[in-house]
Amino acid sequence: MATDDRGLIRNTADAPAVRVRNLHRSFSENGGVLDGLDLDIAPGEFVALIGRSGTGKSTLLRALAGLDRDVAGYGQIRVPDAVSVVFQDSRLLPWKRVLDNVVFGLRAGDAAERGGQALAEVGLAGRERAWPDELSGGEQQRASLARSLVREPALLLADEPFGALDALTRIRMHALLRKLCEVHRPSVLLVTHDVDEAIVLADRVILLDAGVVRTDVRVELPHRSQADPGFAELRAFLLDQLGVNDLTAEVTA
Amino acid sequence: MTTTGAIDALTVAKATVPGAGAPKTDARVVRRRLGPGRRIRFAFWVGPILLLAVWAIGSKVGVINPAVLTAPWDVAQAFQDQWVNHDLGGDIAASLERAGLGLAFGVVGGTLLAVTSGLSRIGESLIDGPIQIKRSVPTLALIPLFVAWFGIGQEMKIVTIALISMIPVYVNTHNGLRSIDGKYAELAETIGIGRGEFIRHVVLPGALPGFLLGMRFAVTSALLGLVVVEQYNATSGIGHMMTLAEEYGETDVLVVGLVLYGVFGFLADTAVRLTERRALSWRRTIEG
Ligand SMILES: Nc1ncnc2c1ncn2[C@@H]1O[C@H](COP(=O)(O)OP(=O)(O)O)[C@@H](O)[C@H]1O
Ligand SMILES: [Mg+2]
Repeated sequence: MATDDRGLIRNTADAPAVRVRNLHRSFSENGGVLDGLDLDIAPGEFVALIGRSGTGKSTLLRALAGLDRDVAGYGQIRVPDAVSVVFQDSRLLPWKRVLDNVVFGLRAGDAAERGGQALAEVGLAGRERAWPDELSGGEQQRASLARSLVREPALLLADEPFGALDALTRIRMHALLRKLCEVHRPSVLLVTHDVDEAIVLADRVILLDAGVVRTDVRVELPHRSQADPGFAELRAFLLDQLGVNDLTAEVTA
Repeated sequence: MTTTGAIDALTVAKATVPGAGAPKTDARVVRRRLGPGRRIRFAFWVGPILLLAVWAIGSKVGVINPAVLTAPWDVAQAFQDQWVNHDLGGDIAASLERAGLGLAFGVVGGTLLAVTSGLSRIGESLIDGPIQIKRSVPTLALIPLFVAWFGIGQEMKIVTIALISMIPVYVNTHNGLRSIDGKYAELAETIGIGRGEFIRHVVLPGALPGFLLGMRFAVTSALLGLVVVEQYNATSGIGHMMTLAEEYGETDVLVVGLVLYGVFGFLADTAVRLTERRALSWRRTIEG
């Protein structure tokens, strides 16, 4: 576990699972992508990260995942030990069968059993011995969710995990992810370009702009569906914050 | 919603229970296949058997002059004679041992070097340059040097075959390894596995297609090396048999040797291809 800015590790109940302070990352001399970003995520909290294309959402996620060793920058990051990443592509090793992909790198003796359970949880029971190539895009992404969850992460990082899926499969995946998060209760940081997806899934939506978190709203909709009266309002607000004017919002709705 | 569901069920029921005696018409639209199509059983053997048939018929009809190329049945005769009277079995065993040992050293060496130079920058700078230089010097041109170093015995022969088969294994494995998608390495990093596991589960399987391609070149190169080194003072082996035949002007025995080399090459290549098909069954390629 990384230490916070005073070099202390606090494990009190109200300590955030993720704590980011003054984070800077840049790819070139002229201007940073992340420019003094602060962010806290509570244990078990589901945060959706939205922002225009190229604002640095992936850059932030990769920093939290520790995958940005070649990127210049500084700042404090504290994340839990057990972090899982879900990528936009399922990233299943094509030469390993589905179950072997799910338990890849697990050392526990009951790995195969737990992997089987995880596959059942994502609705892929019976497909243990399939090759990844034989699964549909949605099934591959479910297998990759199983691979992440079987590790019981305290933090789940997901970068547009449903971006490549069709609309119907995506709705199914939303329901599945919600259910899985209720069972496993990891903290989640989900990058998405889809405002509706953010509202439906998250406890909190944050908007990245000019290298910092510009907007941070809590989603308090009892049903988390478009039927909620607050849904359209929140959606309009976030679209507005994204710089999409009302007219375009109406056209796309 | 419910009505459309009911209608769907109705049409489905109709479609799956055809009326008695109704002709089973199949109205699919199938695209013209652009790949090679379904696999033919024993397809490997068709070409060689055809070649044999041409040889036999040509000899029978008299198109092929026996002074140029002995007829297949005379070759069979010579084979039997060599087997019974001249220990052809021992010669074959000696040749196979040489080729097999050399190939084994070459393959292991080539793979180790490829993994080392593929995964570490230091390894690359130490290994890749010399190998590329070695590539441009034909191994066969090095034989006089090896004779000076190792004598004209078994050692020189095995070293030559090992070197000549190491190069294609190195080049193709290295290439296969370097073309593994970087995103798999990234995945392995997020999963938190060590270097050993990474090599075992990601690098080696990912480089396997390249390695197997290298193997196909390597077995042919090993045989080429075998033919050449057996010209050097061999006291056993197919090359030895052929050297004697050359002295006595026995064309039929020469052809026995050539056929044996050909058969070895073909069998070895077939073995690698079968391994390829089993080991790479996860791939959906045009090969099928
Ligand atoms: N490896 C890289 N090299 C150079 N520039 C990069 C690299 N990765 C991202 N960038 C730049 O950083 C900015 C933020 O990228 P990214 O975090 O991928 O945006 P987002 O995920 O929000 O669309 C973009 O302007 C992009 O061009
Ligand atoms: Mg991105």
